[in-house]
Order: sequence, then C-alpha cells, then structure tokens
Amino acid sequence: MRPTRINMPQRPARERARDFIEVNLGYSSRQAQEEAQRCLQCKTRPCVAGCPVGISIPDFIKAIAENRMPDAVKILKDKNSLPAVCGRVCPQEDQCEKKCVLLKSGHPVAIGHLERYAADWEKENDVSRQACAAFDVTEPRVAIVGSGPAGLTCAGELVKFGFDVTIFESLHDTGGVLRYGIPEFRLPKKILDYELNCLKKRGVKIFTNTLIGRTKSIDDLFSEGFEAIFLGVGAGLPKFMRVPGENLNNIFSANEFLSRVNLMNAYMFPEYDTPVPEGKRVAVIGGGNTAMDSARTALRLGASEVTLIYRRSKQEMPARVEEVHHAEEEGIKFAFLTDPLGYKGDERGFVKEVECLEMELGEPDESGRRKPRPVKGSNFVMPIDMAVVAIGLSPNPLLPRLTKGLETTDWGELKIDNDFMTTKKGVFAGGDIVGGETVIQAMGMGKDAAQSIKQYMFQKRMEC
Amino acid sequence: MYPITAKEVLADSIKKIEVTAPDIAKRAKAGQFVIIRVSSKGERIPLTIADKNEKNGTVSLIFQEIGKTTLALGRLNAGDSIMDIVGPLGHPTESVKHGTVVAIGGGVGAAEILPVSRMYRECGNDVIGIIGARTRDLVILEREMTGSCGRLFVATDDGSAGRKGFVTDVLKELIEKGDKIDLVYAIGPVPMMRAIANLTKPFGIKTVVSLNPIMIDGTGMCGACRVTVGSETKFACVDGPEFDGHQVHWDELIQRLSAFKVNENNATENYKRVCKCDQHA
Repeated sequence: MRPTRINMPQRPARERARDFIEVNLGYSSRQAQEEAQRCLQCKTRPCVAGCPVGISIPDFIKAIAENRMPDAVKILKDKNSLPAVCGRVCPQEDQCEKKCVLLKSGHPVAIGHLERYAADWEKENDVSRQACAAFDVTEPRVAIVGSGPAGLTCAGELVKFGFDVTIFESLHDTGGVLRYGIPEFRLPKKILDYELNCLKKRGVKIFTNTLIGRTKSIDDLFSEGFEAIFLGVGAGLPKFMRVPGENLNNIFSANEFLSRVNLMNAYMFPEYDTPVPEGKRVAVIGGGNTAMDSARTALRLGASEVTLIYRRSKQEMPARVEEVHHAEEEGIKFAFLTDPLGYKGDERGFVKEVECLEMELGEPDESGRRKPRPVKGSNFVMPIDMAVVAIGLSPNPLLPRLTKGLETTDWGELKIDNDFMTTKKGVFAGGDIVGGETVIQAMGMGKDAAQSIKQYMFQKRMEC
Repeated sequence: MYPITAKEVLADSIKKIEVTAPDIAKRAKAGQFVIIRVSSKGERIPLTIADKNEKNGTVSLIFQEIGKTTLALGRLNAGDSIMDIVGPLGHPTESVKHGTVVAIGGGVGAAEILPVSRMYRECGNDVIGIIGARTRDLVILEREMTGSCGRLFVATDDGSAGRKGFVTDVLKELIEKGDKIDLVYAIGPVPMMRAIANLTKPFGIKTVVSLNPIMIDGTGMCGACRVTVGSETKFACVDGPEFDGHQVHWDELIQRLSAFKVNENNATENYKRVCKCDQHA
C-alpha cells in the first residue's frame, strides 16, 4: 500500500486559466484502484459519520479496489443522488476525509476523487439502465420547489420511496446554484445534465419557469393535489457592503456575474445575447468559494489582473483549500487583511478605482475567528475597471412574504422543526433557505427532509 | 415553448403579441411584469404585462423594437413560440381608492398604463389619462385608454395628434388649473418619469413610477436591477417595480441602464445586418 495519496491530475495552470474547460481531469482506473487500496476498511467507519448524506464510504471504495465498478456505483447512488456533482464540489477535507484515520499520516484517502471516479465511470460505461432504472412511480404526490442541490436530492430520495415527484423551478433551466453559480471549469454542465437526466428517467417531473409564490401559490399546489411540499428555494438576495459607489456600472454581485457567464453563457457573446464586461483589472470582494469562482471566471474572460480582497487572513478564508490553491496557481492575486471603503467612477459612471483600508487581526469573535480591525491611516487606492462582490446572500423574502403561515427567523430564514417541517403543515424546507451553507449540507437536508416527508405521509395515510 | 396566438402591429416598431401562459394569465395583476427569453441563446428581458385573457390562457405583451431581443421578438408571428416566459413578477399596483389619479404613459408606456388605469377606475378613482408620443403614428391605445379614463389627454412632440408638447405640459396645466390630484402614476422613458417627479414634488403630489432596469432572473437573485430609493438600495424585481418617484436616484438609474450600451448597440447592428441578408436570400 502506498503511504501518500494520489493527487488529482489537473490541467496546467497556464493552459487552463484562459478557457472554461474543466480543471481537474479525474483519476485513471489504475490510479483509482491504487488509491482505493489505501483504505484500511476500519470497523468503526468514522468517514461515514462525516458524510452529510451517509454514503457507505468503505464499501464503495472496496468495490473500486476490487474492480467491481457497477457495485461501487450502486452503493454510492443508494445514498447520494448526485455523486458526479459531489465528487467535484463537496468540501471532503472538512467532512469524510477529515474523519479518515489516515489523516494522522497527513494523507487521508482521497474519498472525493474516488467518488468522482465512480460516478464518471458510470456515465462513460452506460450502465445507466442499472443505476438509473425507473422506479415504479405511484402516489403520493409531492411538490419540490427549487431544482438546486436540496430539491434534487429530496426528489431523488422520494422517487426511491415510490412517490410521485414534481419539481418547480423559477429559472428557465434546472440545477439552481449548480448551474448558475458553479462555473463550467469546476462542474461541467454535461455532468449536471447527466445527473438530472437520471432523475428524470426515474420519474421525476420538472417544470421550469414557475416561480412558486407568484406563478402559483403554495396553497394552489395543495389544491392541485400535492400532499406535501418541500421548499429548497435557496438563499436568494445577494449582500452588498453598502459602501459609497457600490452601484456604479461594472460592479456586480457574484450571483449576477456568475449567472451571466454560467446560466446565460455570456462568455460566448455575441453568439449568446447576454453580455458580460471583460474587465482588465478586476477586484473580487470576499473569501469563499463563490469569490474564488468569480475571480477565476474573470481571469478566463480575459482579465490581466484579478485581485481578491479579503478582510481577514488566508487562514480564515472559508473557501476550499483546493480552490484557493487553484486560484493561486492561475495567478489570482490576494489582498488579505484588506477592506474596501468605497468606489469611484469615471464620468460615464463606470467604476475606476476602489479605496481600501488595511486591517489587522484582533481578538477572536463569536465565530472563533480573529476579528479584523482597521489600521489607521493605511488607506490606499487600487485602480480597477470591474468589481465582483461575493460576500454572501441573505434569504429571499419572496415566498414567506407571499405565503400565509410560513414564519421566518430574525434572519429571514424559514423556521423548521426537527423534522424539517416549516410552520405551515405539510410544507418542509431545507438548504440555504433554512441556513445551509454548502451544496452537500443542502443535499443532506434534502435527504433527511425526504425521510420526514415519508414519515409524514405514512401518518397521514394512517389517520385516514 | 410558449405559443404566440395573435400579433398586431400597433405603430411603426410597436407590436403586440398574445402568448399562451395560462398560469400567468390566471394570476397577473396590473403593474406586474414577466421575464421572457425569445430563443435558446437569447437574453432574459422584463416586459410589463399589458393585458390578460384568463379564458384563453393568454397574456398580452406590447413592446417597442429597440434592440436585438425586441427586434427578434417582433419578427415572430402567430403560430410561432417564444422559448421562456416567467411571471407574474413584482408587486401588483395596490388597488386603493386615492380619489383623483392622473395616469401617464409615455411612448410604449401607454400599454403599461392601460391596465393600471382600468384597475384604478374599478376601485372607484377618478382617472385622468395622459398619453404621449413623438408623433401621431406612435400614439397607441388611444381608444382603449378613452374607455378606461374619465378624461384622456394626448400629447405629441410635433403636435400631429392631441396637443403639441410633452405629457408634463399637460400635467402642469392640470396642476396649475387647481384640479385636485391625489396621485400621479407614471410609466415610460426614464427622462419622462424624472420630469414628472420633478414637476409634482414642489406640490407635494404623491407620485408613483414603474421602473424597468436591467434584470436577469427577476426573482431577487442577481441584484442587477438595484436602484437607490431614498438612501436605500432596492431590488426593482422584488421590492418594486413601483417606487416613490420623489425618492428615486434618477441619475444612477440612467447610468445603470447604460451599462451594456456598447454591447447592445453592436448586437443590434449585427442583427439588423443579418436580418437583411435573410430577406435577400
């Protein structure tokens, strides 16, 4: 057994930084088997406890090691409806791999890379009839609002139970943040389309262009015969810093910038009608994965200099280590301990500079991270022609505002009980709208909510 | 795909289409809009809902051909389909009895003021309508507006129909004559809405404007449509599209509407060239 893990093969930084083709190449079959053989098959299975959807990790890895690929796929899909997505975007280093006993050696098993390998193997070997075989879809009817990770996972679980599942999506295309947010070079759309097709083949119906709350109300869905509803509507409104000049042209929320590029294919303007500016000197504000995605996207659109501005230090950045590493390799600059104070524009209202202040780290705050405080007199100006604000989202107030009985917390998130049921009977929720933060958290909640919905339906039937 | 069931040319470059969208037709109210995408490579643009027919399951959209997307939309005919339509979006106009409401539509805004005028009339307001256009041929929906307002004034820049001048000239006369006005509602080109807000402000007349900034999703997700109202940044798609005209930061709105002018103009010119090629072929 080799002591170190096999690194993910990736395209050279110079080559990839100017196109949208996927950065990571995936393991070869030999690499996958070799990596899989590193798994100690511990009796205690700590990795499983680290997985929000509870994949039987040692079992699927064993199947890979023994070259029983159809089994590996089956084991994965038993717990995870979207393994090709998760194998690419989950922060495994904070979840399953963090619990791996080999972590002590500094080389935990590359569970994420193996998950990706197995999922891609399925796609390339057309075993879809086994893994995506249609379930016998009957009643009861459940409506899922939002086709992002929470909704898709919930739908995937519910069809397994034999439920009749319909997803309503407000955009013209499906996938939620997996489509409009995560760039092609990290999650190719054809991977997402493949996973979505599997769900459709299993009987999940999807209606796009339907904004629940406006096109139809929650009560309309109940009157149409849906017996339970799951809300996976996402976080919604992008946050801004509320500093002067933030509404100048060419200052975007990360959601807008990434939607233009990912959902609307603006990087192929004018073949596609939606434009996006090709900023030459771009500032990206924030330190999460969305900030990394924005910075790397700006680079691929032709920027000569992209600077990521983050008010804490590298250590506190919430982005995945892999993403930060990739961004560095590609030439993204980092201005740590830096806070934007405001923007100035040219005579036509386009941003031309951002004024910043240097920060230093003080005492830890409530999140346990050391709180940044300004260094007096450290102001400086950075000339830019585009900025992307990626400092997070606040919950979209649309649905609770338009739905009687749907209560929210002080932060605007939907209130749910231990069974993911909102304050409205038969209406469940999961994902960012109840405070989730990552794709896999949303998926975990979607999956658990599906169990609760099953339980709820069972009880409902008993009462009849 | 959403079929177009009828098409009408209202004026040079102003067209009306009826689109099959039963769910939207069922719930649409005055003041709301839809976001459409003409084709699979198209952009998403907001259009105000001009009318609806619940029985036929259609909504009417009236638009002026100004850019590539509206030109492409204008080339479609009954029997063709548009790729996507979602709505109804935005807050509906509040159905309240104010007293006397002056409802102003400039240019293609006449299409948007019509359902608002009807709704105000239905809830007991005296509605005075003003519609304006550059010239006679561009005056649209005069007959329909006459039917939904107590009084209707038409103004054209060149005096070829109605009185010569701007809609603001008519409004100014009404105010100066001492007519009691409880609410002014304006929709149309931004400079027109701004001029109206500037006119009514010293008189303390409540003025509602319906804004049409750049949007992508129209559900609050992207923040492209942010407008400063008072000292706050609002998202026109979920907080609007109606705002207090006296509080809107007009310069910023005009600046933000120009964000993609160069791209838009290029795309439009290219499209016009390609269209001509098609016709010769």
